[in-house]
Order: sequence, then structure tokens, then C-alpha cells
Amino acid sequence: MLRAALSGDEQAYAAFLARVAALVRGVTRRNAGSGVEVEDVVQETLLAIHLKRHTWRTDAPVRPWIFAIARYKLVDSLRRRGRRVEVDIADYAETLAEPVEDAASPREVERALEQLPPGQRRVVSAVSVEGLSIGEAAAAFGMNETAVRVALHRGLSAIARGRR
Amino acid sequence: MDTQSLIRALSQDAAAGRARLDRRLALGFALAAGLAAIVWFVLLGPRPDIAEAAATLRFPFKFVVTLALVGSAALAWRAVARPGTPVAPAAALLLAAPVLLAAGVVAELFAVPEGARMARLIGTNSAVCLTFIPLIGALPLAVLIAALRNGAPTRPTLAGAFCGLAAGGLAATFYAAHCIDDSPLFVAVWYTIAIGMLTLAGALAGRLVLRW
Repeated sequence: MLRAALSGDEQAYAAFLARVAALVRGVTRRNAGSGVEVEDVVQETLLAIHLKRHTWRTDAPVRPWIFAIARYKLVDSLRRRGRRVEVDIADYAETLAEPVEDAASPREVERALEQLPPGQRRVVSAVSVEGLSIGEAAAAFGMNETAVRVALHRGLSAIARGRR
Repeated sequence: MDTQSLIRALSQDAAAGRARLDRRLALGFALAAGLAAIVWFVLLGPRPDIAEAAATLRFPFKFVVTLALVGSAALAWRAVARPGTPVAPAAALLLAAPVLLAAGVVAELFAVPEGARMARLIGTNSAVCLTFIPLIGALPLAVLIAALRNGAPTRPTLAGAFCGLAAGGLAATFYAAHCIDDSPLFVAVWYTIAIGMLTLAGALAGRLVLRW
């Protein structure tokens, strides 16, 4: 499935990513314990798989590759969480002042999306949240398709980078 | 953003250009080797009696050891670039250079009388060795790390250490063509320390810059 996706088949790629998401969700839930936003880890893993898909050897089994990336991203988010907790302890007053921040926080990808330059942000959110195709987005914004593709790719890369 | 939306966006980006990892790694390695050669040639150059030295046993043996390190470290470096690729087989090959060197040391202990061993070990060039192997290896180390950023090393510190070992092997190979201390005793002590410095630097750098 990934092989077809890598040759540019968008539907196969979407189906592949959906299965990866389900797989990672299950594994993360079992291993992460409390205090981890499972869906954040899932999304972060999907972004990583997308941007690093060239590191999969097309003749290798795909599961070990997926699991290695998923585990790396899970450990990474636990580590970042650990740091954040330290900051919270050092800055206890502020934590008390906004105790609901954690529960009500939007998905981390959402936050990263808001940091993007406006051109990339509107393309990424049109294609993701509103579900437009590249062609529809191009028509809606009066851009050509290549520009939409570039903006989408740069936006997604920036989201993945910004969340390290 | 829910995950379904993210998947939509990612799949629309499916056609985006993908790097060919093996080619980038090969280019990076070639560039690293070339830089090591250039720095060595500018700073040191070959020893004057290299033709006679090549006819001895000890001088060529230095290259057997350093090239074994280069080869095995390059394989480990390549393996660590891809998630889910087992690193252990390549890492086991890394034992080749130390084992060869240990055999050389044993042979040297038989060949050289006890009184002369210390002089061979200390040699005449140890400070030069400790200075120039890291110096020759520094740029290759940076290039190998940069090339690895195209991959996805899930163990950044280990990956950085492999970069350091490969850079150290390259630097030692060129340095060996300059150095007149050919005893395995000298190589075992000073080359090891110098390559260790590069490995440590690589591990620290990898920890910082090989995350993704």
C-alpha cells in the first residue's frame, strides 16, 4: 500500500495513513500510561512518517519501520512532557493560575498550524480541515496548483519541525 | 485539527519530491573522504620515505586496521539512517578493527624485546597524532552528520558516534600515510585516543542535531 502511495497514489496513501493511525493509537494507548495525549502522538507520528517516508526501503517489511518511528516519537513526546512538568514545578504560581490549560488544550498540531505564515496556513487548513483537493484550493485562492502544493508541503514540514 | 483532517492534508502532499537516501548518503561519504584527503594533503602530506615504508610489514598493517574501521563504521552509519533497520550486525562488524589491532599488538610484543617496547609505544609523534587526526576528521564528521540528517536516526547519540567513528577512520587512514610511527603499540594507544575524541564529539553533536 505504501509502495503505491509512494508512486503518487493519493487514495492508497490516505488509506495507508489511516491504518498507521489506528495501529499507533492502539500501541500508544497501551504503552504511554496516563498524561499523554494519545492523539498528539498519533499525529506527530503521521507527520514524521510522511516527511521521512523516503527512509523506508521499498523491499523491506513496513511494520518494523513504522514501529521504530512511532516509538521514537512517543519517547520524544514523553521527554518533552517531562521537561514541561519541570517548568511547571519551577513556576508553580502560574500553574495554579491556569489549572485547566492541559485538559482544554487544542491539539498540538493546531497550535503549530497557527504559527505558520498566513499563505501556508490557509492552504494547509483548507486541504485538511475543509477537505478541499489541491485543485479546489487552487481555484479558491486564485493560485496555481504547483504553488498550492508547495505551500502545503512547506506548511506540513514546518509543522513537523516546529514540534520537535 | 483532527487526525482525519491531517491525513487528508498529508495524502494531498503525497506527490512531493522525495530524497533518494542511498544516493545522498553515498555523496556525503564521498565528500567526507575528499575533505579528509584535502585537509591531510594541505596540512601534512605523505611521509618522504613512503615507498620504502610500503615494503615493510608494519606500515601497510596500519591501513588494514584503519580501513577495516572505515568500512565497518560506514556500514553502521548507513544502517542507523533508516528506522527499523537492525543496527546490531553492522555494529558487530565494528569489532573487526580492534580485533585486528589486538592481533598486531600481540605479534609486536613477540617481535620486540621488552626493553624497546615502551619506546615504540611512546613513539615520536604522539602529540602530532592527537592533534591532526581530530583536525583532519572534523570536517568529515560535520559532513557525515549533515548527510545523516536526510535519514531518520531513531538513536541520535549512537548515530552521532558512528559518524565520529567513520570520520576518525578516514582521518586515521590519511594520517597513517604521514606518520613514521608504525608500531601497532603506537597505533593502539594514540590512534585510539584520537579516534575516541572524534567519536565522543560525534555522539554529543548527534544528540543535539540528529533529532527530528
